[in-house]
Amino acid sequence: METIKLTIDNKEIDVPRGTTIYKAAKELGIDIPTLCYMELHDMNIENKPAGCRICVAEVSGRRNLAPTCSTKCEPGMVVKTHTPRVLNARRTVMEFILSDHPKDCLVCSKSGTCELQAMAHRLGIRDIPGAAYAAVSTYRKDTSPSIIRDLDKCIMCRRCEMMCNEVQTVGAISAVNRGFMATVAPAFEQNLEHSTCTYCGQCVSVCPTGALTEVNHVPQVLRALVDPTKTVIVQTAPAVRAALGEEFGLAPGTLVTGKMTAALRALGFDYVFDTDFAADLTIMEEGAELLDRLAKHLKGDKTAKIPILTSCCPGWVNFFEEYFPDLKDVPSTAKSPQQMFGAIAKTYFADKIGVNRKDMVVVSIMPCLAKKYECQRDEFSVDGNPDVDFSISTRELASFIKQANIDIKTLHDEDFDSPMGESTGAGVIFGTTGGVIEAACRTAYELYTGKKLERLDFTELRGMEGVRSATIDFDGLPVNIGIAHGLGNARKLLDDVRAGKSQFHAIEVMACPGGCIGGGGQPLHHGNSDIIKARATAIYAEDRKKSLRKSHENPFIIKLYDEFLGKPGSEKAHHLLHTHYFDKKKKIMIKK
Amino acid sequence: MSHIKIELRKEDVDFIKGVCATFNNDPQELINVLHTCQEHFGYLPAEIQEVVSDGLNMPVAKIYGVVTFYSFFTMTPKGKHPISICLGTACYVRGAEKVLDEFKKELGIQVGESTKDNKFSLSSLRCVGACGLAPVVLVGDKTYGRVAPDDVRNILKEYE
Repeated sequence: METIKLTIDNKEIDVPRGTTIYKAAKELGIDIPTLCYMELHDMNIENKPAGCRICVAEVSGRRNLAPTCSTKCEPGMVVKTHTPRVLNARRTVMEFILSDHPKDCLVCSKSGTCELQAMAHRLGIRDIPGAAYAAVSTYRKDTSPSIIRDLDKCIMCRRCEMMCNEVQTVGAISAVNRGFMATVAPAFEQNLEHSTCTYCGQCVSVCPTGALTEVNHVPQVLRALVDPTKTVIVQTAPAVRAALGEEFGLAPGTLVTGKMTAALRALGFDYVFDTDFAADLTIMEEGAELLDRLAKHLKGDKTAKIPILTSCCPGWVNFFEEYFPDLKDVPSTAKSPQQMFGAIAKTYFADKIGVNRKDMVVVSIMPCLAKKYECQRDEFSVDGNPDVDFSISTRELASFIKQANIDIKTLHDEDFDSPMGESTGAGVIFGTTGGVIEAACRTAYELYTGKKLERLDFTELRGMEGVRSATIDFDGLPVNIGIAHGLGNARKLLDDVRAGKSQFHAIEVMACPGGCIGGGGQPLHHGNSDIIKARATAIYAEDRKKSLRKSHENPFIIKLYDEFLGKPGSEKAHHLLHTHYFDKKKKIMIKK
Repeated sequence: MSHIKIELRKEDVDFIKGVCATFNNDPQELINVLHTCQEHFGYLPAEIQEVVSDGLNMPVAKIYGVVTFYSFFTMTPKGKHPISICLGTACYVRGAEKVLDEFKKELGIQVGESTKDNKFSLSSLRCVGACGLAPVVLVGDKTYGRVAPDDVRNILKEYE
């Protein structure tokens, strides 16, 4: 590849043609500050609108300062990133941005993790000229079931817009208006709730400021915990244990399963259970459905919908209901683990401990913001009583633990309660891209062939590529598996399904890049994809540690079927563990 | 943001879809499509943008972003006699704002609105390239130069 030699801050470097000054500087260990630029390395995600102008530098032969994030290196270029002129310009730009930003840092929900605040600190800003008399542009606040938009705090970095449009291809939000009224909003500046938003929360996870945050349900959970008439049950999603530690200063990828369990018990939950249990249950139902459809398909039954699509991810469900309603009978009808857990907790388990479902509160800890919306769906409640009452994110849990004076690092590891805390390694890997389908393969293979798997690690299904495929040999039957993470990647596979061109028998989709470990409710990655990869490594490590790694071998799942459900796909299982989907495509109104 | 709710007739939808097809349903042609639609309908309410979104297979949020970015596009119907007041630098320093205020007072509407009888609508723009005539007012295709607030009533009288 052709390389270019240039000098940055008196250091020479060779870079491939096309490299930006910003990236070349990074290779030299020069960390040019920026507010809008963001790259998730290896995930094909990059935001460089050259909008914030914080990353400017002096470039030889150019009259104006250049935005380094979008200026390409040229041979012999001499770049200076910290001359008085650059520092002065950077400070002035920052002061302008701050002059139109609310000054309520003390009580802002992003305080402490805000990139704008950190930048003001880094650049040593001590005064905002004009702050005393200049008005700050204001917008209407918008609250949806999952996400709060407070656009007074928007700095137009447009990362959310890039995530929503380019990565997720949802297109719910776009830059609108001009000048001081410029902001990022849904069409016609309507509420997010009325847009095509899937609540995947990727906009929240990249927002540098407090403009986009999650709806906080901690106060409701606290109220339930202190109510003596309520039995409060908590379930924790697999991806949470691989990320929660980051909020307490632990290295990314540190598993805190035991400490998290101890912290939840210390918070006062009556039963600390695991969504992984429900993930095992999902595999039983989804696996049975896959084998049933596959058997019919192989017999030539044209009514059997192949490929089967996973349905654990609520952002993904919202996406196909909006964009592919014509395919709504293709995904598995199995509910997500969160909802299966709620349905079993408020029937089987409630009966077991003799508690009325109205006196039971089920709380889920999720890496996800779409889960907040999912648990509020009408079809997931009985007589107005939801199967899952509140869903709080990994970030909210961390904040809750801190408020309760619990020092998670000093806690001793504790186990989940029985029976709904017992899970296999297959349940754990639900938290990362490829994990659901790997878990399904472990069970489906053994149920289909009647043979024992020699190798449990389907490494061909793992990785961070946006679209992956592999063929798994089911003892002579080649099963074609597709995997997509990120909704834009899912769209590619769905377009093929719609066109009848798909060669896959089963497709796993997770809405967030990396899967749930990269979810919208996770500790903020601030553009560092290594953090997401470290979480994936942790998830697979947890799987390897488990003595049982196949869902159908979970003795508590076997017992649940024996005592209560009958067998996978039974009428009772269908009633409690399966759902249906809706056509939510926005219709154009035509006058008759 | 509230906007006028309209229901499109089938032939309107067909017209918009036809415009999109003329431009090969190419999202890159959005501005041309919007120009043609505004020429035909006089404005671009949400419902038209939704059909364009369908026709060009692009998010309606992006279309709304473009419509709100360019001051040429409007989401409210223009009056029979659209009035535009130049607020470019030259016009502004020569008192265009006072002229604008006088129009607002006389018509009882704000910038971006139309009178109840839909006779006049008011908008501002940035420079028509006739700075020597500043401040400049356009009514329909007719240009008025060196306008003072006292002239406003007489200008409006011409259209009664």
